[in-house]
Amino acid sequence: MEEFSLYVLDITMNSVRAGADKIDVTLDDRDGILTFTVADNGCGMTKEQLRRLTDPFFTTRKTRGVGLGVPFLKMLAEQTGGDVRVTSVTAEESPENHGTTLTATFGSDHIDFIPMGDLADTFVTLIQGNPDVDFTFTHRVRNGEVRLSCPELRQILGEGVPLSSFEVLEWIRKYLAEGYAELEK
Amino acid sequence: MKSIEELMAIKERMQNKVSLRNSADDDIRVVVGMATCGIAAGARPVLNAFVEGVNEAGLSDRVMVTQTGCIGICQYEPVVEVYEKDKEKVTYVKMNAEKAKEVIERHLKGGTPVAEYTIGAATK
Repeated sequence: MEEFSLYVLDITMNSVRAGADKIDVTLDDRDGILTFTVADNGCGMTKEQLRRLTDPFFTTRKTRGVGLGVPFLKMLAEQTGGDVRVTSVTAEESPENHGTTLTATFGSDHIDFIPMGDLADTFVTLIQGNPDVDFTFTHRVRNGEVRLSCPELRQILGEGVPLSSFEVLEWIRKYLAEGYAELEK
Repeated sequence: MKSIEELMAIKERMQNKVSLRNSADDDIRVVVGMATCGIAAGARPVLNAFVEGVNEAGLSDRVMVTQTGCIGICQYEPVVEVYEKDKEKVTYVKMNAEKAKEVIERHLKGGTPVAEYTIGAATK
């Protein structure tokens, strides 16, 4: 994948598929170190699943026998001097407090790092496909941050207006674009 | 900052609309594969082209655009499936935003699947 925003989309989809209804996505890009965190309240992974997470020939899905999402991310992290760490608690271990947190670090000034790409597009895509998930997106850089909270949007819009409505998605796209334009100043 | 007033205005407009319809009215469902295989092959712009195009074509009342995981034919990604009531599923393969526009025009609007982009044509 040629844009970092596509990794963000791919990895966050894992949380969706783990049945999470609350997913916090954070990017912290300061002083040449990019930290990408996805914290969810999904079903979690067992010790065995965690151990084999970066093995491309291990997957829980039935439609194909390979899982490249996390191995791709790990490769990019390691070739830029960073790493990927995952902690997880399964619903069996803790019915009240389960989920997975993935933290990946990258050298964002490293020659092998890739363009950030269109993060707004990634966030809009996630909301379009999963309008009922409580996503929070935070992108921190040296001089400020861009933040979007789906629970807050839902509070303003009320129950009757899904976040996947075209007009809402367009509003979100413009809101994020304005946020990023503000950081460029 | 993008104003909260604008969001409130959307709410006002939408609430009137929403009450008139429910999801059972969707007679066409467009499903875009968004697993690693799809995303790496370019599914995100394809999904966006459908979301925007369906709205522009005024089809939002009867076409729903959704996402799914790996469909199992990774070598043909981006894959888009079109489900229509009482009709056979149509599977489009190796899609891009341009092809999506054509599918909206000729299939979703015009009612005739774009045969050359289907999996049947690709495997010949």
